Amino acid sequence: MQFFSGSTSTESSLLPAAPPGTGAGGPGNNAHMLYIFNRAGVCLLYREWNRPLRTLDPQQDHKLMFGLLFSLRSFTAKIDPTTAEKGNLGVPLLPGQGCSFYSFKTNTYQLNFMETPSGIKLILITHSRTGDQREALKYIYNLYVEYVVKNPLYVPSTPIQCDLFTKNLDQYVRTLI
Amino acid sequence: MPTRVLLARVIIELFTSRVRVTHELRAFCSPLSIGEETRLFLSFRSPIASPAMPPLVPKSGDAVFASVERVNAELFTLTYGAIVRQLLTDLEEVEEVNKQLDQMGYNIGVRLIDEFLAKSNVSRCVDFRETADVIAKVGFKMFLGVAATVTNWDAEGTTCSLVLEDNPLVDFVELPDTCQGLRYCNILSGVIRGALEMVSMKTEITWIRDMLNGDDAYELRVKLLKQVPEEYPYKDDD
Repeated sequence: MQFFSGSTSTESSLLPAAPPGTGAGGPGNNAHMLYIFNRAGVCLLYREWNRPLRTLDPQQDHKLMFGLLFSLRSFTAKIDPTTAEKGNLGVPLLPGQGCSFYSFKTNTYQLNFMETPSGIKLILITHSRTGDQREALKYIYNLYVEYVVKNPLYVPSTPIQCDLFTKNLDQYVRTLI
Repeated sequence: MPTRVLLARVIIELFTSRVRVTHELRAFCSPLSIGEETRLFLSFRSPIASPAMPPLVPKSGDAVFASVERVNAELFTLTYGAIVRQLLTDLEEVEEVNKQLDQMGYNIGVRLIDEFLAKSNVSRCVDFRETADVIAKVGFKMFLGVAATVTNWDAEGTTCSLVLEDNPLVDFVELPDTCQGLRYCNILSGVIRGALEMVSMKTEITWIRDMLNGDDAYELRVKLLKQVPEEYPYKDDD
């Protein structure tokens, strides 16, 4: 049984062009990329479906993404005008503590983020017109638990190379509007 | 084929369908080549129809327990008994067995935490008291089907006792005289330790009371050593 690596593999199946949002995939696919990091910064999964522009090599890309989110999370917690307990500046936050940001939007894409108390960070980059993707990220986290965490052959904190997971993930992402 | 391997194969077959515990069976599988394990795993890994989406409200232990797939309690109890017995045969030293059970529990706990967070939807606990409550009410209920109670808090709020009246692991079990000193349920202490470590809490867990040794309930003492927040893992840019 071959396990193919889930990193940097573009979806090459050319399905007939479908209008966006019908879930038929291919050119209508609304999700661009997905990253999954663990608490130590190891990129467990990088999956791309639609990424016309690539500016950095994969290592730099992952580091940049992780670093950005780490800083952004701590920044959003410090600026929060509503919560009393914030901790001191410079002290690293526990995952899940303080307020948690969940997406940012630019004119060309939207980055959706979810972090669990166990430190797993899920980042989904989609078209800028998609709505709140928190439910979708929760669903992907459930898929991760079912197919990766429960897999006895998977060693924790190593990149994911699980066939079933990537297949189900692709299938699910195709249905995202 | 050696008994150990046969036992391990049977257990993999039974457990790759949806039981939360015992991924640790790999520790026994050294004679199995990786190819065999893969085949076994894949033949029982039927494609699961899309897992249910959890709502955003945290579920109570009973609700979660009702919604996850369950396995026959006797099967679970007897399989755990078989594991302990096999460990005793292989290792012969009671202390070694205790340590091995704890290590197995640790490896299980490290994975269990993700499933727990995904299914039960609890947000980060504010302090250790809340953590202990969540473990007792939601965690134990969800995975073992019995809720524990939290008692005996110390003055600083860093140590508490989890008391289990009823423990599915020990049904039908009686310890013989040759195994005095065996902590039969040591896997549970490992599971809690592993799970809490993945949410940045270093803890130390000891058994205070054990029904197999004549006490009236099971009591685990959980002590929080420290909270370890995550640090930026990359050193300065190269």
